[in-house]
Amino acid sequence: MKQMEYLFLFLEQNCVIANNMGEEVKLYKTWSTPFGLRVVWALKLKGIDYESIDEDLSNKSDLLLHYNPVYKKVPVLVHNGNPISESTVILEYIDDTWKQNPILSQDPVERARQRFWAKFNEEKLLPTIWAIFTTEGKDLEEAMAAWVENLKFVEEELKGKKLFGGEKMGLADLVFGWLANLIGIFEEVSGLKIVDERYPLLLTWMQVFSELPVIKETWPPHDKMITKYRALYEKYHPAK
Amino acid sequence: MEGGVVLLDFWPSMFGMRVRIALAEKEIKYEYIEQDLRNKSDLLLQMNPVHKKIPVLVHNGKPICESLVQVQYIDEVWKNQAPLLPADPYKRATARFWADFVDKKMYDSGSRVWKTKGEEQEAAKKEFIGNLKLLEGELGDNLYFGGDGFGYVDVALVPFYCWFYAYEQCGNFSIEAECPKLIAWAKRCMQKESVAKSLADPEKVYGFLLQLKKAYGIE
Repeated sequence: MKQMEYLFLFLEQNCVIANNMGEEVKLYKTWSTPFGLRVVWALKLKGIDYESIDEDLSNKSDLLLHYNPVYKKVPVLVHNGNPISESTVILEYIDDTWKQNPILSQDPVERARQRFWAKFNEEKLLPTIWAIFTTEGKDLEEAMAAWVENLKFVEEELKGKKLFGGEKMGLADLVFGWLANLIGIFEEVSGLKIVDERYPLLLTWMQVFSELPVIKETWPPHDKMITKYRALYEKYHPAK
Repeated sequence: MEGGVVLLDFWPSMFGMRVRIALAEKEIKYEYIEQDLRNKSDLLLQMNPVHKKIPVLVHNGKPICESLVQVQYIDEVWKNQAPLLPADPYKRATARFWADFVDKKMYDSGSRVWKTKGEEQEAAKKEFIGNLKLLEGELGDNLYFGGDGFGYVDVALVPFYCWFYAYEQCGNFSIEAECPKLIAWAKRCMQKESVAKSLADPEKVYGFLLQLKKAYGIE
């Protein structure tokens, strides 16, 4: 009897008892993808133990192609052998499956609001930031003008709020999260000012978000990111 | 408007139709307000300042925007009748994935079919049919995308059916010849009152598309 007690005491003190004992969770991503990072945050928030598999997108594994035949992209979450693709779909799946620390509130109006802003990020912010990163001259001017328009709405949405989810982080925070890391990197690599002092609420949110326990220290290695994005930037802006 | 349900919409919009179907499935009474998109009303601009687009669902004075967000909202508020999303998390994720696929692929690839000519149009038709075939594969031998019952993906996709005639006329092809199972599914959905009374008449849609082409300066 005493030996079993010691064993349990040892386990309790030395192992992280995950909230998904007996269930297999795997996450296929890359070392740098912000879409994969959203899923990492959600799993961390819920205390879910998982196996992380970093893919080489220039040489996709057979398993990835099998799990995501439609898009052949990361991230893919595999739960007890069942694959789920598309990061926002994965986030909602995680929230539906593990009920602790909810990503979405129970209130339908609030849920709709978070989903609206998640969609806004995917359909407006992401294409615009890509255009800013990859274009020059008149195209860049147009992209910046669109970006300014988009940011105005995001800034407005943060009025009276600490986070997009209110007091606690929610779906929209996880989806906007890339801003807190990649804007700095893009600014360093391109020399452009992308989020300036016209957006004090957004700048504050970027700081607050980065300091959250779940988010802190999860960013990919800074130097590696600079190298990667510098190379990408140079590809679209060859030196004349 | 307090306490009531209002839908700001535009009759040929597939996105508006999704919401009409969801409201009809749940037997919700609502006020339908047709919008003139060339002369947007103050109400529309006030209710959807970010995108200035339809459909906008207004419930108890609060606006909800984006059609799939609206359909999920309707499903969550009126949860005791005609559930659209399944209860099982994995089935829900699968439904969300395919509804998202419809959102990402169908409108753009369909638009390219009527906006282009020649080689570009052939490529557009190929892509459009390719997307439909993927959906057909997902449907399999089920009656609906929701399995035995009409559900979320069915709501997301079926409004495009009333645009098929217009696409076929513009592209000179037959969707039924390429995707017979999908057309059979669409006809099955049309047997439901909620769908039949929400979709626009295909001939009228084609007439509208011809006007649109003229406005865009496309032959």
